Amino acid sequence: MLTRREALLGSVLTAAAVATIGSTPVMAAAKDVAGLPREKVTLVAPPFVHAHDQVAKGGPKVVEFTMTIEEKPLVIDADGTQLNAMTYNGSIPGPLMVVHEGDYLELTLINPDTNTLAHNIDFHAATGGLGGGALTLINPGEQVTLRFKATRSGTFVYHCAPGGAMIPWHVVSGMSGAVMVLPRDGLKDEKGKPVRYDRIYYIGENDFYIPRDEQGKFKKYDSAGDNYDDTVKVMRGLIPTHVVFNGKAGSLTGENAMKAKVGETVLIVHSQANRDTRPHLIGGHGDFVWEGGKFANPPAKDMETWFIRGGSAGSALYTFRQPGVYAYVNHNLIEAVELGATAHFTVDGKWDDDLMMQVEAPKAIAS
Amino acid sequence: MSFDPVFTFGTIAAAALIGFGVSHAIDGTPSRSRVPTATAELVALTPGSFEHPQPGEFLRDNHPVPAPVAKETIDTPLEIMKFQVTASDYDRCVSDGACKPADSRLVGNVPVTGVSFLDAQAYANWLSAKTGETWRLATDVEWAYGAGERFRADIEGGDGDPADPARRWLAQYRNEAALGRKADPEPRPLGEFGTNSKGVADIAGNVWEWTSTCYAHVTMTSDGVASSLSNCGVHVVEGFHRTYMSNFIRDGKSGGCAVGTPPDNLGFRLVHERGGFLQAALRRLGLT
Repeated sequence: MLTRREALLGSVLTAAAVATIGSTPVMAAAKDVAGLPREKVTLVAPPFVHAHDQVAKGGPKVVEFTMTIEEKPLVIDADGTQLNAMTYNGSIPGPLMVVHEGDYLELTLINPDTNTLAHNIDFHAATGGLGGGALTLINPGEQVTLRFKATRSGTFVYHCAPGGAMIPWHVVSGMSGAVMVLPRDGLKDEKGKPVRYDRIYYIGENDFYIPRDEQGKFKKYDSAGDNYDDTVKVMRGLIPTHVVFNGKAGSLTGENAMKAKVGETVLIVHSQANRDTRPHLIGGHGDFVWEGGKFANPPAKDMETWFIRGGSAGSALYTFRQPGVYAYVNHNLIEAVELGATAHFTVDGKWDDDLMMQVEAPKAIAS
Repeated sequence: MSFDPVFTFGTIAAAALIGFGVSHAIDGTPSRSRVPTATAELVALTPGSFEHPQPGEFLRDNHPVPAPVAKETIDTPLEIMKFQVTASDYDRCVSDGACKPADSRLVGNVPVTGVSFLDAQAYANWLSAKTGETWRLATDVEWAYGAGERFRADIEGGDGDPADPARRWLAQYRNEAALGRKADPEPRPLGEFGTNSKGVADIAGNVWEWTSTCYAHVTMTSDGVASSLSNCGVHVVEGFHRTYMSNFIRDGKSGGCAVGTPPDNLGFRLVHERGGFLQAALRRLGLT
């Protein structure tokens, strides 16, 4: 029933959207694109990012991606709290897709018949058609292919937007990810000088709203549809029960902590499809930060904490200068510590006393 | 911030369960029905000596070093609860108005969890008053003695390198991560984690236990302890590993700086002072 209602909402939207698009010169564009080289990319699960060139080789091309939507229960904290997750390609967030400005991103989206709901995808990097949402609504058992031109560089969110009340529910069930459109000649500092990264990590932050029972314990539901009414009530309170990185409290700590070495430059892409956040690297900085995420703007320098608006993705470039364990947090520390938004970096290398040293170890106060 | 044990572990949380029974100690008393009876077993540990890594943070020549190992002696028989104090035991204290309700909503024959050091102490005081005997938390040494082969000390990062403090941080982080312990939040019925060689049950399961030992900073010289500064707002907690928690913490689990093994739950078991047993008997006979 839910599925049908959703499909109905979606098709109305689609029809409306198509009507407004009007007389686009689709044929000519398609012909031009047909002659472009094509590249097929296999996506990898976050926090990792598929191999890519930082500076584009050659001219524009069509970059092909495939994502399969998976509805499945996922555990989101150490208490075993369960989310009836909806995911792009099985992960929260969905994978980061990297192309260059002027390239065409071509996505084949698959909704297997083992799923129960209709889904689509809205790319903030795309132009028109509700970000592609109007052209990608698929029921279980269907697939669709969308192509859009990456007209501007930056990091951009994508998310599910199947119409009306389904939109926020699908997003807070896990359906978001990001696209990174690099300038063809790569990233540049505020003076236009090229900058490069040795490693890249993609962190997707999610706010979850899990209903509780009369005793205050988190409830478990057989399927996504079963939780809808209860979840919307919690969502309307606007206070998340969980704020986590990569789908689960502790997903990027311990054995899964991100790694780097002293002297290495790391680009951290951070997306939040629904709610504002403020990343901070404890003991480090943002050497260059694209807070709004768009690379045509000069990066802010030497940031302590940066602001990622809900519904956007930004990035921070940092060269590690000291070894140790770093926490990367949402610096609303309640959300970091109590709700889950903490990741770790382990950084190997040589300690620099010039940057910091303990002059005297703890001892009793001199009387 | 990951390296300050108070911050690291204090904010992580643990809940404690306590289950024990004392029925043998109250024979003939009219208040019998009001004392815990569910898990009345005590284990009497015979005196002995053992090697024990000391609790706390240790400094030598201005840099952190692994906890020194000292020979500890238990010189009189030690009576310790075979099981952790149960939810139903603890509820009796709550009903009497002497304990605050635990955070855990579990009832019956499972360890009480979601209790702080202060809650554990309140329970020990209540039980002592109820039975006319002395019940108290074990010290770190006593707990380790009872834990026997299941005792695990702090997760160490080895000798600190004076030229590079990060090495020890990274080593400790990786040692903890390498243990690969998965969260196991749901308390189980008494006895589910088995009994150790000393007959004590559920040691190092998924309920960490409060002790009466305070957290300390110890400065050492090559021939021993130079100075020690205790912070009794933080106590030693024992279980799968030894850690330190602020007295008011009831849940050791949440927390951004947790690495691999924050306590799943916080609970406790108590030690029974032998003298107290005799005193109670004498008291009943009107001899004191």
